[in-house]
Amino acid sequence: MIINGVSIDDTFAEAFGMKVTRVVVTAVNHRWARHAAEAMTGFATSVIGCGVEAGIEAELPAAETPDGRPGISVLLFGMSGKDLGKQLESRVGQCVLTAPGSAVFAGMRGDKSINLGRNIRFFGDGFQASKLIGERRYWRVPVMDGEFLCEESTGYTSAVGGGNFLVLAASQIQALNACEAAIDAMRKLPNVIMPFPGGVVRSGSKIGSKYSALPASTNQAFCPTLRGMTDTQLTADVEAVLEIVIDGVSDRDVRAAMRAGIEAACALGVQQGVRRISAGNYGGKLGQFHFHLREILA
Amino acid sequence: MTALTLTLRDKPRHRIDLSAVRPDRLPASRPEDLASLTLNYGNRRVKLGELFDITGQDPDKLVIRNSCSLLDAIGAGMETGNVCIHGNSGDYLGRGMRGGTIEVHGNSGHWTASGMQNGLIHVRGNCGDFAGAALPGDHQGMRGGTLLVTGNAGDRCGDHMRRGRILIEGGTGDYCGARMVAGTIAVLGKVGNAPGYAMRRGTLLFEQQPVSIPATLNDCGEHTLGFLRLLLDSFADLNSRFSRLDRNRLRVRRYAGDLACDGKGELLVWLD
Repeated sequence: MIINGVSIDDTFAEAFGMKVTRVVVTAVNHRWARHAAEAMTGFATSVIGCGVEAGIEAELPAAETPDGRPGISVLLFGMSGKDLGKQLESRVGQCVLTAPGSAVFAGMRGDKSINLGRNIRFFGDGFQASKLIGERRYWRVPVMDGEFLCEESTGYTSAVGGGNFLVLAASQIQALNACEAAIDAMRKLPNVIMPFPGGVVRSGSKIGSKYSALPASTNQAFCPTLRGMTDTQLTADVEAVLEIVIDGVSDRDVRAAMRAGIEAACALGVQQGVRRISAGNYGGKLGQFHFHLREILA
Repeated sequence: MTALTLTLRDKPRHRIDLSAVRPDRLPASRPEDLASLTLNYGNRRVKLGELFDITGQDPDKLVIRNSCSLLDAIGAGMETGNVCIHGNSGDYLGRGMRGGTIEVHGNSGHWTASGMQNGLIHVRGNCGDFAGAALPGDHQGMRGGTLLVTGNAGDRCGDHMRRGRILIEGGTGDYCGARMVAGTIAVLGKVGNAPGYAMRRGTLLFEQQPVSIPATLNDCGEHTLGFLRLLLDSFADLNSRFSRLDRNRLRVRRYAGDLACDGKGELLVWLD
């Protein structure tokens, strides 16, 4: 399969089952909501090292948030509800509670729930107040600029993490340009995040290492500087490879995001140095979700 | 099926306890079968059919016509169904109610919604004293649900209230929210003396400055409170003035207390 001169490998991305929750962070304006959201989604690129994968899903207008203020929707993905709850509490406690004028609300209903403000309320040192409105309980924690308002819990559900594709280009800057176009297209879609910096990862990994302490290490088959000394996947016209990793609420969401991203990257075409699109997998034995590139783009 | 309708024939000479007439306990049967249901009438027990004309079959929609202030405990303990009362109702309306709706096209007596746990009571007229309050001997008053009063409420509204919301479009008498444990009382009209007396927690939200505030509710100043937006949004589905309030009215003067009993409740008065 060739799109605009870009070759699409006959391969698939291998993804895993995860748990996801969504929270809505609001503030006096989008600037301060984004400050809080960016802080709470910092150091959240991979569950392996960060405990959770998190990112900003969308900017919400005031009319779409629970308290009628500008907001940011944040998705967090973990390997279990317990991991997710632990990370959510610490990130909200350190990054949202502390942000001026902020409030945080559940953004997802599910069969199961995890704590959002249930324990953070104790920061109020006895002056916190609960408000049960409808079926939902909120906590009002007195802080120096007024009150921090947070919902007691949020729902979580099963999700898909680790959808991906690789952009192989003639140069590093051309690979980066293609990925920026892809990320711009993918960020318009709901229910997905691309958790790495700017949505792009350059250190694609394989499972294991020659060093026993490491669970993952560099994927030498896609490292252009090792082309002459490994079982490489790269042809001579490829000088840089970048990867986009996608976590989605469902496999359909991941598929839609992959399609949008690959199409945007291919739109630049071979004239802009984009040579191939490939994907990362582990032979298909580890992940329960397989996203075949050519099926997605068909 | 048409709504089960009880029409009071004559004004009774004694109080009638209608707690046995619960929409969720009445069988869907012929009117003549229901006529044998016994009620406490003063110090006697009488058949339902001796006092009321009975028409219709659907007990889930119970209509009481020609009602008066001597019909006590209507809807007490009910868990589902709808009760519509044309005329006044007596005391203990919806006492311990756990679900469903009661609508009164008239006034209700004392102890309305006492011990209520869920559901909606809408009194389109006035209600008496101790609305949503704890009965003598009870530890808690209203424990959930919504009491909506289009007119005024009497004294001690929400006394010992534990949860839920009491929304008064008119005014209230003295000691509104006294000894309140939690929950929300909002009043759009005048409020009498000593609201929030001995309150522990909970929110009193007033349109107007009360006649007097206990000295042990301390002024905390003027604030913009974000939770009010959520509270105002929750009124949206009510057939009431509360649903038409400006949802951006978040600016209030906050009084906290009652410090005489180490309370952490609040009395909020809208500023604009």
